[in-house]
This record gives sequence, structure tokens and C-alpha cells, in this order.
Amino acid sequence: MSGIDRREFLQFAGGVIVLLSAPPLVAQESGRFSAHPVSDELSAWLNIAEDGTITVYTGKVEVGQNARTSLTQAAADELNVAMESVRLVMGDTDVTPYDMGTFGSRTTPTMVPQIRRAAATAREMLQDLASKAWSIDPAAVVVSNGKVLDTQGGRSATFGELTKGKKLVQRIRHDESIHPPQKWTIAGHSLPKVNGPDFVTGRHRYAADMTRPGMWHGRVLRAPAFGTTLTALDTKGVTPMGGVVVVRDGDFAGVAAARAPLAAQALAALRPQWKGTPQKSNSDTIYDDLRKRTTPVLGGRTEGTNYGSLLDGMAAATWKLERTYTVAYIAHVPLEPRAAVAEWTDGKLTVWTGTQRPFAVRAELADALHVSESKVRVIVPDTGSGYGGKHTGECAIEAARLARAAGRPVRVVWSREEEMTWAYFRPAGVIDVRSGADKDGTLLAWEFHNYNSGPAAIRTPYRVENQHIEYHACDSPLRQGSYRGLAATANHFAREVHMDELAQAAKIDPLEIRHRNLKDARLRAVLDAAAERFGWGMVKNAGIACGVEKDGYTATCAEVRVDGGGDVHVVRLVSAFDCGAVVNPDQLRNQIEGALMMGLGGALFESIGFRDGRIVNDRLSKYRVPRFSDLPQIEVLLLDHKDIPSAGAGETPIVGVAPAVAGAIFAATGVRLRALPMIPSGAVTADLVRQ
Amino acid sequence: MAEIELLVNGTRFRFDVDPQQSLLSALRDELDLTGTKYGCGEAQCGACTVLIDGQPARSCVTNAASAAGHAITTIEGIAPDGALHPVQKAFLDAEAMQCGYCTSGMIVEGVALLRRRPDAGQGEIAEAMEGHVCRCGTYPRIITALRLAAQAMKGKQG
Repeated sequence: MSGIDRREFLQFAGGVIVLLSAPPLVAQESGRFSAHPVSDELSAWLNIAEDGTITVYTGKVEVGQNARTSLTQAAADELNVAMESVRLVMGDTDVTPYDMGTFGSRTTPTMVPQIRRAAATAREMLQDLASKAWSIDPAAVVVSNGKVLDTQGGRSATFGELTKGKKLVQRIRHDESIHPPQKWTIAGHSLPKVNGPDFVTGRHRYAADMTRPGMWHGRVLRAPAFGTTLTALDTKGVTPMGGVVVVRDGDFAGVAAARAPLAAQALAALRPQWKGTPQKSNSDTIYDDLRKRTTPVLGGRTEGTNYGSLLDGMAAATWKLERTYTVAYIAHVPLEPRAAVAEWTDGKLTVWTGTQRPFAVRAELADALHVSESKVRVIVPDTGSGYGGKHTGECAIEAARLARAAGRPVRVVWSREEEMTWAYFRPAGVIDVRSGADKDGTLLAWEFHNYNSGPAAIRTPYRVENQHIEYHACDSPLRQGSYRGLAATANHFAREVHMDELAQAAKIDPLEIRHRNLKDARLRAVLDAAAERFGWGMVKNAGIACGVEKDGYTATCAEVRVDGGGDVHVVRLVSAFDCGAVVNPDQLRNQIEGALMMGLGGALFESIGFRDGRIVNDRLSKYRVPRFSDLPQIEVLLLDHKDIPSAGAGETPIVGVAPAVAGAIFAATGVRLRALPMIPSGAVTADLVRQ
Repeated sequence: MAEIELLVNGTRFRFDVDPQQSLLSALRDELDLTGTKYGCGEAQCGACTVLIDGQPARSCVTNAASAAGHAITTIEGIAPDGALHPVQKAFLDAEAMQCGYCTSGMIVEGVALLRRRPDAGQGEIAEAMEGHVCRCGTYPRIITALRLAAQAMKGKQG
């Protein structure tokens, strides 16, 4: 029995409890990167209390992708109850089962079916209870509208009436039959965000809004540059203030005080000494630097391919191209910066924090604070977004250190400058592409090397018999990590722009070259759907791109307007998306629209500048993100396939934006832009034309 | 440190603030009115927007003491009777949020805009909201929500 079984479910007085073991695939996923034991691990569990309340427990978290809603739909759909009857407990390491994290668009393909199986089992248990209570054939019992019905005798009972006085525990595997999408009644529909009213009233408390009795406010001393260490700390200026705690532990130094302004004053009064040499690389030399800083790929997984003969393919080619594409480091800029409230009670630490990986943060906390994981509880309130940027627990650790020293709860909220310096970035990258195609634009050879940005979606969906594709890991001068879509954006940008360049060489239409080289029916379908809605061929200044990632198929068309000064405006985006059976059409549209908007930032102007170990543009007045004035006309087409399992959808629609816009800018100006961001100044300038 | 009296959402609060303390910090850290959010600290994102005497203001760059003597409305006071303001309802109807962190500021600004310009169209809404960041990118839905709210409010008046 896992810790959760022992600690938590026994406290329930009665009702139905379903414990779901992780299916092998999930166990494998969970075990891949961690030493966490998974053999006897639960993946989800569900309780129907005597009052009929259904509570579902999952380690997934809500960061704006609306998983709370889609997972509630899954449970309600399977149990035939109203959405309001289901309560979802998410991301609380003491009561929800271990989960590796909320990332990689995995919630829909892995957690939805698990919650459905738990709910289906509960439904069957209720039917069984009723058939025994009424002494009738189980087949005559159905669950409908939150009640159990006797279809022959006309009797009915609420869930609570059936479970009263009983405590039924069932542990299941993963072979229960669940409703197929064709039979969905609650899933598949555009239901609103379940706790929406809490957000429009300001009632919802994010981690940054949590308060605890006697709570103090913490601030952390930051190094003047990456690569420097703290050698001495003079705290004399703080002493006369009174009511301030100063903590120094190696390179960590921070203060906590009863009032937020006092904490800020105490921080300013610290006199630290730093030593060290800031790194040499900077954002002007980064692409040359990355090529020189290759390292072995962790685990040897380059995710690439190598078959056929590039030599033969290139020899037979009419059109040969060799091009380099680059992508800059960019920041996630979650509007809620990292925040945490930490509280120690009798040696046990509880931390409320916004993170995509509560269990990993628990491990980080245990490690940093030298306590066992059983003495750490991480609770993740619905969080002010993540986009892959909140996998880590820096702020949680800081709050925990300060709270321990202060002997009371402490809240730490990172400033925007801290968030844009001391978190991590989407990797920068260099991508070299060499290709050969025959006279008609049919691919014969494809060589693709990605330096540092990552291996996601590195393989080409186009048919080509001779190919060598490889990801080269590098020693990144900046701390880097996950980001919405990971490197799929960079790899699609290089691949799709390159396809446009081949089309240009072969003097064929960008849509046509894709048709000639694509076999995948689902990808062709989204491509054609987007092109048709867009009016491809009839729109001037147009670009198109497509791709597959995480079982989602996406195609994007873009139209731009370029005015006399070279200012670029993206005026229209059409996105077609196929992620199998659609769980919630309106929420899916919302995610796609958001991915398109976010994608515009990285495509056009977002870029982290750094020099001498410092981030140059560490605030919103210096780092431009998409705003209302950047909003194009957006049209989203959903290709719903009830017969195909649902894939996640929060990430993949972002990948086509940059290459489609690049194609449109080329159509408008004749300038082929190969670097993301494409127009940092907002305009196609003489500088860009020369490149 | 000095004691001030702030009128927030119709209630008078007397409490100590630091001379440098922002109105945002006073609301959040002293009064525990956490619906108003920190996003940037330099009036670039709009998450901290409140109304001061009915005018939208960025509380992160507003000195708390300077707000004494003015009527402050935060998201918690937009619909004081516990019902939803038409703008709040419209944000739900248009599903105009994802993570919801920008929502308070968007709604407060939207309420002020529609009071000032009940007939605001798409272009005017986008212009008025330019100082607000929704990193989730729900901009088209926020515009839809404000147009829905404008219609609903007009219907009520008519």
C-alpha cells in the first residue's frame, strides 16, 4: 500500500472508494526520469461520500489549460451526474496520487482515461449495490442524472442512500470499459470553466494570494550576475530595524519581516560581497557560441533519424539548398510570477506554490531543507499560468528556508525582474538544414541538425528516403528548460521555412510542395482545411505551415500587411487542428487562440538579451509580449474525430505560427527571414534584408 | 510609517503604511484584498488596476498614502451586492480567461471603459485595453466579453 492508502482514504467514514493503479504506460513515463517507486503507485482515486458528493483526486494541476474542467467532465460523463456534483482535488502531495507533472500535453491522453476508469468502476459498484438491495438483475439497474434507477420496478436511490453505512473499497487495474466518445453526454460539449466565478470576482487565491495566521513577508538577495557567489554578508544595517530575520546559507541570503515594506528595506540594507567571473557569452554571439559548446546528449537520445544515402539523394537532386535558422532565448512571462507560502508545524513543512510539478517540488524541498519527503506537503492552488515555465521549486525553497528561520509562515513573491532572470528560458538554438529535391520539388535528401534548442518534433513528416536528422545538446550559457511546445516551434520554423525556400527554388506554390511530399492523411486534411478556409491562392501576402506533434495535427495560414516603413502587421491567422475526439470544443478553441497569440510573440519580437551574466531586458517595459494591438483576425477550425483517442492540445497549435508568418512576410516583401524573432524592431528593416 | 485612512469598496480602513508603500501592497499585504494582482510593478501589464474615484489606475505605481481621501474600488467591490456585474458575467459567458490572473484588472478596466463609452466598438475596446497583458492570449474573447457586456448594460438602461 502506498502512503496515500494508509494516510488518507482510511479517514473516510463510508461510501465508495475507488483506487486506480497506474497503467503500465504511465508507470513507465513516471519512472523514466525519476527514481520514484511506481510499481504499487496509484494514478487517481475517487470517493463517493455518504452525502453523494463525488471527489476525484489527481496529481495534475490547473495552470489555465482548463484541466480542472475537462477532468471534471470525464468523471461526470462516466457517472452520469451533473458537473456540480463532482469536486476535483488537484496537485496536493498529501492527498493526491503521485504524478510526474502537468506538461507535455499528457493530461488529456493519460489522466482523462484513468479518471474515467475510476468513475466507471464506481458506477458499476453502485449498480451492484442497488441490484443486491433490490434483489434484481444488475442489467436492470442504470445510473442516470445522479441517481441509480430500477428500470423494471421504477425504484430509484441516490448514491448516498445506497452507500449509507457501508465502506466499499475497490482497487482496480486498467481494463474497465469506459464510455467511447460516441456515447459522451457531458464530455464533448463546450462547458464553462468550472470555477470561473471565483476568477471574475477576484475570490480565487493563487499562491501569491495565500495568507496564514502570523505570516511574514520574505525577500531574497540576488547575485549581481550569473556565475557569481556570495563571499560575505554584512547585516549590521538590518540589526537596528528589529523584527527582521536574516538567513544566510551558502549563496542563499534572504530576509523576512512582519510587513512587506520592512522586508524590502531590510533587503536593501544588506551589504553583500560577491566574487566570480560572469560568463562570456552574450545574446549577440550566442549562435556561434552554441556551435562551440556541444556536449553529449543526455542518455544518447538525439530523437533523430539516419537512413538512406544523403550523398545519393543530393547527387540526384535538381534543387539543392543549405540554410541556417536560429531561435532566441525567450521568457515564459507567466503573469503570476513564482510565489510560495511556507509553514512549518511540528517539523512538518507545508508549502502553497504555483508549479506544474508538485511532487518534484516536494522532492526539491526535502533535499534542500534536509527533511524526508513524508515531512513535506506541497499544495498547488490553481496557478496563474506556466507554459512550461514552472517546473521547478526555487521560490518554494526560499519561502521554506525563511519560514524555518522566522519560526512562522512566510510568503515570498518574485518580482517580474526576478521571474525574468532567475527562472529559466526557452532554449536558443541553431538549426542547419541541407536539402535536395527533384525538378518538381519532391524531396530526395534531408539533413537537419539542431543545436541546443531541442529534439521535439525534429523528425520530418514529409516523405524523404535519404535523411539524417540529429539533435546536438549544448552547454547553454543561460539556464533553460521547458516551454509550450518545447523545440517543436524551432524545428517547425526551420523545416517549414525551408520547404518554402525549396518551393521558391522549384518555382512551385508553398501549398503544392507540401502536397507533393506529404503522405499522412490527417496532416493533409488539416492542411487542406486551413488552406480552404483561408482562401489560399486568392490572398496576397500569405504564408502556410503544418506539422504533427504530441498526436496533434496542425496547419496555420497567415496574412500580413507591410506598410511603407516596413512595419509588419499580422492581420489574419487561420488554424486547423485535429487532436482526435474533442473533449470541450470551446475550451479547445480558447487554447488554440491563445497558442496563436503566444506564438506571435516568439515569431515576431520576443527575445531575451543578455550580457556580462545579466539579463538586459528583465521587465515588461523592455520585453515586449503580444498585446491587444497585435491581435489579428483569428479563425479556428476543429477537425473532430470521435473514433480517435483525444490528444492534448495546449501546445501543438503554437508551432505553425512563426513559419506561416515568415512565408507571408516573404510574399509581401521578398525578404526571407530565418531568425526568430523575425522583426525585433517591428519592421522589415534594411538590416534584415541584408541578412 | 504613518497611519492613513483608505476608503475601499465603501468601507473605511485605518492602518499604517510606509511612505514608499504602493497602493497595491497596501491592498494586498495590509488589507488582504488579494483580488488585485501584481504582474510587473511598472504599470505595464494592468493586473493591478483599481478604480480611484471611478478612474482606472495602476495601483502598483500609486502611492498608498496619496490615495487617502479618494474612493477606491477593487475587483472585490465591482459588484458590491454579491451579484455579478454585467462585465463579470460577460467574461464568464465569453469564457474570456484561461489562468484568470489578468482577469481582475481586465474587468475593472472594462467597467470603467463602458461607463465612459457605453457604445465602445471593437477598435475602441482594443485601444482602451492596450495596457493590459493576457499572456494566455485570450484577447479576442475579452473583446467579445466587453461587447456582450455593453449590450447587456444598454438593454438594462433602455
